[in-house]
Amino acid sequence: MMDSQAIAQKYGRVLAPLTRAGWPFWVTVGLLSIIFFWSFFAFGWQYVWGLGVTGMGHPMSWTLYLVNFVFFIGISHAGALVSAVLRITHARWGTPFGRIAEAVTVFALAAGPTNILFDLGRSILFYWVALHAQFKSPLLWDFTCIMTYLVVSTVFLYVLMIPDIGFLRERLPGRRWLYKILSFGWTGTEKEWSTLGKIIGFLCIAVIPIAVSVHTVVSWVFGMQTQPMWHSTIFAPYFVTGAIFSGIATIIIVSVIIRKVYHLEEYLTPYNFNNMGLLLLTFTLLWAYFTFVEHLVVAYGGGTHELAVLWSKLTGRYAPLFWGMVVLCFIIPFPILVFKRTIPGLLIASICIVIGMWIERFTIIIPSLSEPRLPYARGAYTPTWVEWSMTAGLFAGFTLAFVLFSKFFPVISIWEMEKEEKGKAGNSK
Amino acid sequence: MVIDLDKCTGCQACVVACRQENNISFEGERQAKLGRAKFWMNLVSEVKGNFPNVEMHFLPIPCMHCDRPPCTIVCPVAATYKNPEGIVAQVYPRCIGVRMCISNCPYTVRYFNWHEPAWPEEYKKGLNPDVYQRRKGITEKCNFCIQRIRKAKEEAKKEKRKIRDGEVVPACVETCPSEALYFGDLNDPKSQVSRLAKSRRAFRLLEDLGTEPKVYYLKEGEWNDG
Repeated sequence: MMDSQAIAQKYGRVLAPLTRAGWPFWVTVGLLSIIFFWSFFAFGWQYVWGLGVTGMGHPMSWTLYLVNFVFFIGISHAGALVSAVLRITHARWGTPFGRIAEAVTVFALAAGPTNILFDLGRSILFYWVALHAQFKSPLLWDFTCIMTYLVVSTVFLYVLMIPDIGFLRERLPGRRWLYKILSFGWTGTEKEWSTLGKIIGFLCIAVIPIAVSVHTVVSWVFGMQTQPMWHSTIFAPYFVTGAIFSGIATIIIVSVIIRKVYHLEEYLTPYNFNNMGLLLLTFTLLWAYFTFVEHLVVAYGGGTHELAVLWSKLTGRYAPLFWGMVVLCFIIPFPILVFKRTIPGLLIASICIVIGMWIERFTIIIPSLSEPRLPYARGAYTPTWVEWSMTAGLFAGFTLAFVLFSKFFPVISIWEMEKEEKGKAGNSK
Repeated sequence: MVIDLDKCTGCQACVVACRQENNISFEGERQAKLGRAKFWMNLVSEVKGNFPNVEMHFLPIPCMHCDRPPCTIVCPVAATYKNPEGIVAQVYPRCIGVRMCISNCPYTVRYFNWHEPAWPEEYKKGLNPDVYQRRKGITEKCNFCIQRIRKAKEEAKKEKRKIRDGEVVPACVETCPSEALYFGDLNDPKSQVSRLAKSRRAFRLLEDLGTEPKVYYLKEGEWNDG
């Protein structure tokens, strides 16, 4: 093992953001905080005046908050796949993405369920879901799975940071009080490394089924209901695929930005991005396949109620959104991912996919509710400033959390990069 | 409950009586357009066909009180349940406003309090003291005027007898001027509703969903949901 001085020099670029903060940092944090805290005001407004200040009504009772909920939970699947699966399969190209993916998971998981809090008629009583649990409700399954996933993924992120925190404790005396608590007395002995290895191995395996279960039950919140076009057996895998799809795209966006801002070109190379692009391509195809199957089956064999919803998506009121989703999730990214997996190309494809997947959640939830089975209750939905404020606040909060995280912890796992280099050197000898 | 559509004139007296009996708040025209109006008993009208073959249909829709209710199983806090009498009841103080019951009701007969319930000043004196005062943020629905059933049961118990057929009726049934609505015990094969439910004219809404609604409609000829 190299001494800490040598490592600090070698990974100077990774460590630089922890000690320096220029004006762009403060401007970003300032702007994000304003948006973030504005959403607190919006929530307070809604809390005092009731959910009537939103655009919801009869029968449009689940709208933008649910869209954001499913979207953010989807993003959170990035961490499970990229870090756990790539670790288990020893895919070395994934190492520099690991920490970014795990952090995205934790922050997206914090943002997702918050939407349920916004959506409740009596938000303050949310804990009754645990207190008066009714086990037949898919929402209770949701609550259970999401909380488990949140705990496990936070532990996952944290455990993988311990050696780095131990290193930072020695390097940054000014923040010693923080790192000393967090490092858990890590000194880097042989025994500690072997325990860490065992824990990581266990967590990698544990986190995958938990992640899959989370989006499965999120899909069942809709799939178990009687609403036309929600009641579908393929919803669980469709949602899981969509989740990983949007998660990978988010990791790419975050990585490209971090690479640019913190000058990490040395670690996040076009080679790493190329592989990530291939993974994204796989999921683009999977998503397109599921979307095609889901809609074709309804179109071919659907009853009157299902067809009413389907046509409102394909040619009716929601057609611009539906076809916009197809363009953003498949028609634009697919050729890019096949022919041009460069970093700017991947960035464009990923941005398209993330927007497209948000629209996908919208076109799954809203059209079904606006065309319920009985043809009497009909509704249209236009979000109000309250819902847009909350949405903006969520995205700002998510970004803010990541920006602050990157100022306290290295965004690339130093010890894993070091270990890998050692492994490579060992192999070539 | 049995609703004879051939007798219904679409006068909406049932809607008004229900509103009066159950303290259903007024939302006003602007809010109603946003879908915030509450109708425990809702009367929808539908024009079918083209001139000169035009038909006007009226359909009063209360809660169907399904025997296999989709709404109760999805509630995460057990705020709604099918009580032993078969009524799908809402426990207002328990409800936290998740609204999953609303989205899972295929008949869309569950209503949410988007605002704090409000009434015009002069109306407040007429509020029914037997009905629970709902607040904003919770779901409410038709319960077949459960307060009337309770009262009738207590009286019957005092006199040590069973409730007679037709002894207790919800406000909508009591009011209907054309006597198109009937209420009674479907489990009792001799009751009027049981006999009517077996009528050749009887049908139920969205029967193929398997929710087993306990509201029967009577109508000559074919009924078409769409």
